[in-house]
Amino acid sequence: MGKNSKSIVVTVIGKDEMGIVAKIATALAENSINIIDINQKILGDEIFAMTLLADRVNSSLSLPEITAKLKESVSNLSLNVTVQDSEVFQYMHRV
Amino acid sequence: MKFSNEEVLETIGMIAEGKLDIRTVTLGISLLDCSDPNPSACARKVREKILARGEKLSEKADFVANEYGLPIVNKRISLTPLSLVVPVADPAAFLEVARAVDLAGEEIGVNFVGGYTAMIQKGETAIDQALIAAMPEVLATTQRFCASVVLATTRAGINMDGCYTMGRVIKDIAARTADQDGIGCAKLVLFANPVEDNPFMAGAFYGIGECESSILVGVSGPGVIRRAIEKLGPDADLGQVAEAIKKSAFKITRAGELVGKEMAKLLGVSFGNLDLSLAPTPADGDSVGQVLETMGLAMPGAPGSTAALMMLNDAVKKGGLFASSSVGGLSGAFIPVSEDASMIEAAKVGAITIEKLEAMTSVCSVGLDMVAVPGSTSAETLAAIIADEMAIGCANHKTTAVRIIPAPGKDIGDFVHFGGLLGEAPIMAVSKISADNFVRRGGRIPAPLQSLKN
Repeated sequence: MGKNSKSIVVTVIGKDEMGIVAKIATALAENSINIIDINQKILGDEIFAMTLLADRVNSSLSLPEITAKLKESVSNLSLNVTVQDSEVFQYMHRV
Repeated sequence: MKFSNEEVLETIGMIAEGKLDIRTVTLGISLLDCSDPNPSACARKVREKILARGEKLSEKADFVANEYGLPIVNKRISLTPLSLVVPVADPAAFLEVARAVDLAGEEIGVNFVGGYTAMIQKGETAIDQALIAAMPEVLATTQRFCASVVLATTRAGINMDGCYTMGRVIKDIAARTADQDGIGCAKLVLFANPVEDNPFMAGAFYGIGECESSILVGVSGPGVIRRAIEKLGPDADLGQVAEAIKKSAFKITRAGELVGKEMAKLLGVSFGNLDLSLAPTPADGDSVGQVLETMGLAMPGAPGSTAALMMLNDAVKKGGLFASSSVGGLSGAFIPVSEDASMIEAAKVGAITIEKLEAMTSVCSVGLDMVAVPGSTSAETLAAIIADEMAIGCANHKTTAVRIIPAPGKDIGDFVHFGGLLGEAPIMAVSKISADNFVRRGGRIPAPLQSLKN
């Protein structure tokens, strides 16, 4: 990530369904947010958990607006979507 | 990825289930340039300064909370002790300025303002007397201005006349707010060895050694600590428990450090400090008492509570100090009875008594906090309870405090209900043995010895 980046971490947790990654990725692309890295797992048999690092430097949306767009993209599914500035993870997990 | 799935999910879990939050972002504002012998002019200057410095506090705090996904529960203001700002020995002047502060706090959207404060550890000035004389009226007629009085320090000893005066003042405040169970007393803290950069209410004031204005952050997260201990299971020894507490405290502190730095930058003030206190709320899972229970005590107040609390307090500091270079304030665990679900329960069944609480305060911050006692408790007995707590602070070179509510018309078996963050509490029993003649002697208990300490 270069100096001109504003990285965010998107977390999606909930009941597994087909196409969650596609829906989130599409919503991010539509709002000019570039995916840098993705981790996705199924916990147990049916809990979907995805953490995704993205760059929002080219997006005009504020963080609450991005959260709203992503939630809207998966509004028919039982998922919890969180969007946070990546610095919070940098601070808490890296010395 | 830069962060593993586990790390991200751990943080999300801390916030969602561990109730990790920033308990308070407090803006300290110096009022030393607002002093004026004309009360109206003084009130106007104080109001203008609070509005100028604090008008963006709420907005910026909401912005930072959204950016990082970390809830910021309270936005508050702490002020220079008012006894140093109002230069006239007239209770009416203090009342006028206090009302202006209260309204200014409302205008900028903060829920508490600290700094209706006098420092009388060695005696009172005429100005201190005026401030204290107006205190019952101020606490009964304002919403958010909190008071504190310094009654003792390790270097000065204990002002016993002051303890007795405050015993009477507490009775007066309780009587004036009798229709709300004496809630005015919940806004008054009596201190030994207070810190000058405390972000937490009701005892916050902005000391004279502080700069013009700075951000003071109070982190919290007893739920996060409890979850970390739970994960270890019941077989982990106490050394392992201490290690788990340290690691969690480190992460909590880092979150606070980030928020503090960002808030200071956005408001154009310095980042004053980060207070590492574990502060409970009445919400389920947000309890310091539950941390003690997870360690293996059936209830807080059980034998072993003092040892468990010492370890918790110490481990939180050790983890937090490495995480931030700006640690200050009280930095310890709080055990306010009415604000902690597990403490309320323990007090209700008699597992915890005032005497056990007093012992526990010798190893943690802050003191007898939010303790409701029978309305019939005399001013002399209140003064003696206050003096005991001041003695613990003086002898141990630490902050101790008393926030006690003699609830009018209430007795053992009754409850007081304050609502919101102040919670509710059962009335706790007070010893019936008289200390009247001791208290009535008055005078000052000399400063304790600093050497030959065995």
